[in-house]
Amino acid sequence: MTPSPHVPAAAGADASRPGGVEPVLRVEGLSVRFRMAAGRYVEAVTEAAFALAPGESLALVGESGCGKSVLASALLGLLPANAETAGSALLADGLDLLAADERTLARTVRGRRVGLVPQSPAAHLTPVRTVRSQLEETVRELAGTADAGHTTQAGPPPASGGSDRPARRGRRHRLAALRAAAEAAAGRAAFPASHLDRHPHELSGGLAQRAATALALVGDAPLLLADEPTTGLDRDLVLRTADELRAHTRADGRALLLITHDLAAAERIADTVAVMYAGRIVEIAPAGAFFGSPGPRHPYARGLLDALPERAFIPVPGAPPELGALPPGCAFAARCAAADPLCRTRRPALTEGVACHHA
Amino acid sequence: MLELKDITAGYDRRTPAVRGAHLSLRPGESLGLLGPSGCGKSTLARVAALLHRPDRGTVTLDGHAVTGFSHRAPRSLRTAVGVVFQQPRLAADPRLRLRDLVAEPLRATGRRSEAAARVAELAQRVGLGADLLARRPHEVSDGQLQRACLARALVLCPRWLVCDEMTAMLDASTTAALVAVVEDYRAETGAGLLAVGHDPVLLERWCGRTAHWNEIVKDRPPVTDRQHPYGGHVLRP
Ligand code: SF4
Repeated sequence: MTPSPHVPAAAGADASRPGGVEPVLRVEGLSVRFRMAAGRYVEAVTEAAFALAPGESLALVGESGCGKSVLASALLGLLPANAETAGSALLADGLDLLAADERTLARTVRGRRVGLVPQSPAAHLTPVRTVRSQLEETVRELAGTADAGHTTQAGPPPASGGSDRPARRGRRHRLAALRAAAEAAAGRAAFPASHLDRHPHELSGGLAQRAATALALVGDAPLLLADEPTTGLDRDLVLRTADELRAHTRADGRALLLITHDLAAAERIADTVAVMYAGRIVEIAPAGAFFGSPGPRHPYARGLLDALPERAFIPVPGAPPELGALPPGCAFAARCAAADPLCRTRRPALTEGVACHHA
Repeated sequence: MLELKDITAGYDRRTPAVRGAHLSLRPGESLGLLGPSGCGKSTLARVAALLHRPDRGTVTLDGHAVTGFSHRAPRSLRTAVGVVFQQPRLAADPRLRLRDLVAEPLRATGRRSEAAARVAELAQRVGLGADLLARRPHEVSDGQLQRACLARALVLCPRWLVCDEMTAMLDASTTAALVAVVEDYRAETGAGLLAVGHDPVLLERWCGRTAHWNEIVKDRPPVTDRQHPYGGHVLRP
């Protein structure tokens, strides 16, 4: 599908933009569907819209299978072959992530314009290599000097005699620069230099997360995408990781898109919260209003907060609908205490930040 | 009673994950065991679930000494304990349809004939739609798969349940739903529960009693997360 050029979406997302700054990322009408057997489709994401200003953190929350990870994959160009996309996801420089080809994405987007903080740092880091060597490799890749350090060793044999001396000196310089760049990246992520020569399994969960964050920061990308960065971390570490991500965003004018099911992490980091349900953003709100007063407006979002053990600890009844067989009206109607015939027949549009007929 | 006495266990004898741990659980009681990641609590959970033989110490279950068997505890004892792990994708055989995943313990104990009825009953209990039962793990979400894993843990009506970070990957609503399933089951059957996790807010809300790892392990200097934010907690693969 071809991306639609700048549709002035009716979404509430752009209404909340702070004073005219060019967003780091502007997502409009983003839809992803998967072609299945027998001509069926699974509508994983439908018409998502939001924008991220420099320094802003947006948390996209929802249960597993709600489409939030698919949205992240779409932004990184990592969707499987049977996916079809629509809409646009524009970076500040005008590049549309949905329209870019794989070569562009691999060479200029992943790691450079979008830094990825992975879900499971222990799995993301290569177990047999030290943190230093992984950082240096990333620096080398992003600096585009892969031939300089790595390949020469395996490349054509150096000419004998004195002629290789200047080359060797040049190589020493490059290695020193590489080392310095790797250490600087570690420093930015507050990864201690004393642990650079350790292997991932020799690190605590918090340090493994910092190592992964350091890797994401190497390219100095204006947009950080963190996919469930706090899963399985202890609460103290969740808060610390959240604070660190926020610092990288705030102070450096980056934008952070946090994909998470962890509401505690979202509350700690986010300026804006977007709640996804059955592939759609059903509420987008300033974090303070959402977690504090007046609280969420969409019934699903209210239910999600009420399910927290520090609140009522009561689950939202029922289960979400299948993305391959969505009902005609509101996708939440079957679980919603306020549902009426209108809800069951007409799908509520996202208006002023909420998609509900009775919010 | 489920009693663990002076348990030392791990995967490498020189650096055991657990050293000198004690805990006991009365029938019907629920204990939340709190500890930072990598502290060894998952290894202890496996010992309590009779899935891992300790290097030292004794496990007593309903009056039977379980330790001393060469490899694993006999089936009659193992089936008394249901267990749910943190990562359903690692716990569930990817080839099995959810229906067969849930029924597998029945088949393994020669109660195949009960399977269909039991699976239907449990699917309803854990909130798993009938259409999902025909799917394989890669066709469902983490939350749906964890529901199936909980159903499987309950299928033999265990007197004891061990939940090791059961909800760490799940959203708030699925977490509250699965905890409610466990608590309903316990209310009906009087089963005892050991819930292992790292979230004090969740475990204090869920369990009748909570203990911190430091309180049950005697051979270690008390180390709290706060004192040593990054020291010593080695991530185990
Ligand atoms: S539109 Fe109706 S069914 Fe949907 S959330 Fe709002 S009140 Fe509930």
